[in-house]
Amino acid sequence: MKVLVCISHVPDTTAKINFTSDHKEFDKNGVSFVINPYDEFGLTRAVWLQEKHGASVTVVNVGTAETEPTLRKALAIGANDAIRINAEPTDGFFVAKQIAHIVKENGYDIVIAGRESIDYNGSQVPGMLAAMLKWPFVNACVGLEVQDEKAEVIREIDGGKEKSVVSLPAVIAGQKGLVEEKDLKIPNMRGIMQARTKPLNVVEPVDSDVKTAAVHYEKPAPKGDCKMIDAENVAELVDLLHNEAKVI
Amino acid sequence: MSVIAYVETWEGKFKKTSFETAAYAAHVAREMATDAVAVVINATDDPSQLGNYGISKVYSASDAGDFNNYTWANTIVAAAKESDANGIVISGTFGGKMIAGVTAVAFDGALVSNISEKPSSVSPMVVRRSAFSSKGFVDYEVKSDRFILSIIPNGIGVPQPESNAAEVVSIDAVTGDSPSVEVKEVDRVKGQIPLPEAELVVSAGRGLKDPGNWNLIEDLADALGASTACSKPVSDMGWRPHSEHVGQTGIAINPNLYIAIGISGAIQHLAGVSASNKIVVINSDPEAPFFKAADYGIVGDAFEVVPKLTEAVKTLKANQ
Ligand SMILES: Cc1cc2nc3c(=O)[nH]c(=O)nc-3n(C[C@H](O)[C@H](O)[C@H](O)COP(=O)(O)OP(=O)(O)OC[C@H]3O[C@@H](n4cnc5c(N)ncnc54)[C@H](O)[C@@H]3O)c2cc1C
Ligand SMILES: Nc1ncnc2c1ncn2[C@@H]1O[C@H](COP(=O)(O)O)[C@@H](O)[C@H]1O
Repeated sequence: MKVLVCISHVPDTTAKINFTSDHKEFDKNGVSFVINPYDEFGLTRAVWLQEKHGASVTVVNVGTAETEPTLRKALAIGANDAIRINAEPTDGFFVAKQIAHIVKENGYDIVIAGRESIDYNGSQVPGMLAAMLKWPFVNACVGLEVQDEKAEVIREIDGGKEKSVVSLPAVIAGQKGLVEEKDLKIPNMRGIMQARTKPLNVVEPVDSDVKTAAVHYEKPAPKGDCKMIDAENVAELVDLLHNEAKVI
Repeated sequence: MSVIAYVETWEGKFKKTSFETAAYAAHVAREMATDAVAVVINATDDPSQLGNYGISKVYSASDAGDFNNYTWANTIVAAAKESDANGIVISGTFGGKMIAGVTAVAFDGALVSNISEKPSSVSPMVVRRSAFSSKGFVDYEVKSDRFILSIIPNGIGVPQPESNAAEVVSIDAVTGDSPSVEVKEVDRVKGQIPLPEAELVVSAGRGLKDPGNWNLIEDLADALGASTACSKPVSDMGWRPHSEHVGQTGIAINPNLYIAIGISGAIQHLAGVSASNKIVVINSDPEAPFFKAADYGIVGDAFEVVPKLTEAVKTLKANQ
């Protein structure tokens, strides 16, 4: 079994987000980057498939050389090899097209991505990738069992969960539940040493048309002051919510 | 030319986000000086009511079977072709996210998701979306002839309905080309409005100390008609179901009112709730970071404040 795990390289969850003064770009100064938290669940799930079913696990990222430490971390967690598609990931369509090309070239039984990247929150790449490959797609996946040519999956739906069976190959967009938080693999010393010599192949992107362009970045307006209400006087809060904020 | 809304139903019925999607498409169509149409799949509610939100014609497919994202996407695209649409509007619900990418590829259009506002221009199409987990906004320009706009559920709101009936046209669902998905079991939480759609949310964190104390939270939520949510550690410890976990790695919500009780206000928590219209924070620690993101705050012990608040809400409701 060959598993491909898509890894998006994103600002750490505690990062303060700033934009350049001309509002044209995200300012990466002083920001540390991590494996997208949703992708971490998929990566650990893939490493379990490697441990239990002898699957080979490849990680892929569409990004410039600055994402290599993130890919090395994925190798240290247990992936067998890594592919970096050498391009600025301009939008979801572009990324999906690049990964679809790799999948068609190398052939995989299952592609595991994350529900969304926590930078642009697009939730675009996995669904587009599935469509380009004409494979089944499971979004917001919180349970995955692979058997023969099939996968039994549980996904979040609006207000509940749905269990279904999809044929493989398929694209899974996962999150917590694929594995539990406490089971997330973290790199150990041995893994880090091994990662240094595992293959990290850099390939050039294929042509793609441009569908969208980010033209302006802006921070949310700062919150006004918080109005404090005495704990002995909660009726005042209800009054404010009703008459001033008009939300109840 | 036209703009088409994919109007989602839940178990056949329209919800607020359905009308929101219809109204958004109608707005975009007006700006583009063209018609707004809609497509519905397996609706049992009467589709003609979408006319109240500016839709002139509804394509209705009622034989689509279990949800399959390809069947849905291909049916939407078929309706889009039928109405000569150059734009599709969908809601970014879980269902919407299952079909957005597939629809974009089948329609060969530019997908902009997580949209928080109406377009600032339609020629070229420029639209603002939320990014960096509500820590920023990015304006996107569409560079393609066709576009798919996915709007944040409950983000833009529903205008006052008019009284117009849309024409309803039956179409066949496009089932042919879909990879097999066999649905085994659907398990929907009853009685509570799904979090992303809730107008009012009462949320609690580790400050509640024990899952046995959640009756305090549920009582307040009941009195308000609110849905309940929680911080990540609370769902990690199994005190509350994962589906209630809000924040950067949980669900992002934007209710009209978010009440946070015994939650410190970590940056990852704020990432999922800061888009709420009004935020109330109840915390025993006056230094809790959440107060900086709040509109109203009470420094106090949740075990004392919350029951009083519940009573005060009941009094208000009784006098309404
Ligand atoms: C990668 C990553 C992703 C994360 N994603 C999320 C996420 O999506 N959502 C999320 O919520 N967190 C997330 N977190 C965790 C986040 O950093 C915080 O740890 C978490 O939000 C804290 O939860 P809490 O406020 O319930 O608990 P605590 O931080 O322990 O806060 C409890 C609060 O309760 C107050 N309190 C105590 N007793 C009382 C009382 N009697 N009455 C009133 N108040 C009281 C305390 O003053 C305190 O402020 C993430 C962390 C990481 C590293
Ligand atoms: N540049 C990228 N390289 C590799 N995978 C990506 C990239 N961007 C997004 N993905 C994958 O697609 C998922 C959803 O991302 P997005 O559509 O950007 O929200 C992520 O969790 C990753 O698994």
